[in-house]
Amino acid sequence: MSILIDKGTRLLIQGITGRDGGFHAQQMISYGTRVVGGVTPGKGGEKSHGVPVFNSVADAVAATRANASVIYVPAPFAADAIFEAADAGIDLIVCITEGLPVRDTLAAYHHVAALREKSGGKRPRLVGPNCPGLISPGLSKVGILPGQICKPGAVGVVSRSGTLTYEVVHQLTRAGLGQSTCLGIGGDPVIGTSFIDALTLFEEDGATEAIVLMGEIGGSDEEEAAQFIRRHVKKPVVAFIAGQTAPPGKRMGHAGAIIAGGSGTAAEKMAAFEAVGVPVARIPSEIPGLVSSALERRRVRRGAPASANGRKAARARTPARPNGRAPVPKSSMKKKSRASTRRAR
Amino acid sequence: MNLHEYQGKELFARFGLPVLPGQVATTPEEARDIAASLGGAVVIKAQVQAGGRGKAGGVKLANSPEEAMAKARDILALTIKGLPVRKVLVTQAADIARELYLSIVLDRARRMPLVMLSAAGGVDIEEVARTSPEKIVRQVIPLEGLRPYQARALFQPLLADGSQVAQAADILLRLHRVYTEGDCSLAEINPLAITPQGRVLALDAKVILDDNAEFRHREWATWRDPDEETPGQRLAREKGLSYVRLDGDIGCVVNGAGLAMATMDLIKHYGGEPANFLDIGGSSNPDKVTAALKIITNDTRPNHAGGAAPSVRAILFNIFGGITRCDDVANGIVQSLKTSPLKVPLVIRLTGTNEDLARKILSDFGLSATTSMDEGVRTVIAKAQEVTA
Repeated sequence: MSILIDKGTRLLIQGITGRDGGFHAQQMISYGTRVVGGVTPGKGGEKSHGVPVFNSVADAVAATRANASVIYVPAPFAADAIFEAADAGIDLIVCITEGLPVRDTLAAYHHVAALREKSGGKRPRLVGPNCPGLISPGLSKVGILPGQICKPGAVGVVSRSGTLTYEVVHQLTRAGLGQSTCLGIGGDPVIGTSFIDALTLFEEDGATEAIVLMGEIGGSDEEEAAQFIRRHVKKPVVAFIAGQTAPPGKRMGHAGAIIAGGSGTAAEKMAAFEAVGVPVARIPSEIPGLVSSALERRRVRRGAPASANGRKAARARTPARPNGRAPVPKSSMKKKSRASTRRAR
Repeated sequence: MNLHEYQGKELFARFGLPVLPGQVATTPEEARDIAASLGGAVVIKAQVQAGGRGKAGGVKLANSPEEAMAKARDILALTIKGLPVRKVLVTQAADIARELYLSIVLDRARRMPLVMLSAAGGVDIEEVARTSPEKIVRQVIPLEGLRPYQARALFQPLLADGSQVAQAADILLRLHRVYTEGDCSLAEINPLAITPQGRVLALDAKVILDDNAEFRHREWATWRDPDEETPGQRLAREKGLSYVRLDGDIGCVVNGAGLAMATMDLIKHYGGEPANFLDIGGSSNPDKVTAALKIITNDTRPNHAGGAAPSVRAILFNIFGGITRCDDVANGIVQSLKTSPLKVPLVIRLTGTNEDLARKILSDFGLSATTSMDEGVRTVIAKAQEVTA
């Protein structure tokens, strides 16, 4: 199991004849993703990377029964590509393209949201823009995440970053912690799938036992995610926030990563997670240890034998607590009383 | 891109917002001539992108062209929050009975534009938001835009006079067009002034443009102020690098914004100080690597002797290859070092796509690379400290 993509994903590539689209078409096919076609207006009838190219998404859907689409078209045309995929009945639309004007993304976002409401709340879904896409290790990969750093397992990963996600996934894999799905939601101020959407999916997913959430400075998505976790997420979550040393008022690469008007700081976001009992890693290399401890506690609570790896990691970091509550990470010692009030399960 | 007030007012005027006539001057004499042509009292306003211009002495009233020249001379000699004043806006003066605040920004959580309106205008709105948030009215703008009655309803509690409500509502509807059609991230009028005669005027303009929309706004290129950019920032923009200068001594070159931020954080975590944020992006152009090294090594800061010294004592590359190919980065490093050898230690961390090839390229040139980010960061901090000692 996984979220959003699996062996049943039948993928279209919008922009398959472009440089990025072509390169990643090959990567996705090699990984085992079922790529059923590509779309490039004016190139219908051709073949690219062994799959048929269509003039429109509607044509492609009619011929291939595609249910997902990944977008690599240049920024000025990317919002149009999202509209087209949504109108053609695609369920999952993943926009890799970066540099979309916010005005364009807003229009596409609300169009997708309106269609979703009409269809009963499930379809279509937009991921991105300006994101690396997602991968369900061993099943399917949609986007640009490098497949070789992942391995199948029980950790759900959701992140606003690209290469930082690779870094952390790589470290998880090396620590023996495989992933159910790794999802990059994108670094723009407006994105189709939020942390809360991803947390909802991971909470429902049978294969996911723990969740790693990687946020960034800017906006308040992390704070909202923390509140959502307090109310609705029973699985253990480990958080990390990039930009702890970022100066206010400067855009740190991503259009969404900016501390504006004194809010959106890493400190606020870390405090929001700690306040609801979510351990926050101060540096990326702490994440695997925190995940192992969280999995260990979950297994102990459920009465299942702990994995050797989980046991080792838990011993190395924090002694297991007899009451089964989340141990307080070092960075939240001052907030000990608040952090340990998270409901015990 | 942040616009100067005079540029923002140009944009406002294009959409029919009521701004007072004025022109920008770079010399006291120009200011005098503009004041003479406008006639009557004028206000001289420093054109720097910093808040608190008034408090810093950057906004002055002048009653004659001669006085305008003198005041402009004073203001042009100022440095406000580290920014030297190179231009002043000379504009007609207005009597002010009341000052409101009006802006449109993106509400990220609701994914809608948001109107912010306050009777407490003319002051720092962030201060108002902190101390008395109840004084700010917030209203999201539906996708189809605001209806005139909705705009009027926002102002009715604040303005007693029907004509003023109508004028203010018209200003809001036009400001919304500036925001959407102009692809703004922020369109702000502070103060939105009411004159004793009951006219409603946009006396200031603060506009931030969404850089991603530049492809459909050719005029933006002419608004870019070369004086606002350091040579490093300019080179970064031209080469498509994302660069923010910081105050430390460890230069870093990273692929990806999140990883670049995490690298800065890690440097600080292990006791170092990052000199910059620099994201070379997802492509693998060796040219970008060369430009990145140039930006970092050319950065200087004042030294004790009154001159300038290089700010960077050691450089770290942190590359996680995905789209970015490690061998391209390695080639970029080698090419760059061949033409301009580094005077400071270089630490390279790379892993991912074509890592082995990259290692070969580096070792042929006598360089080595680590695979661990933590190790790379600790090593570069140690090297920087050796240089200091």
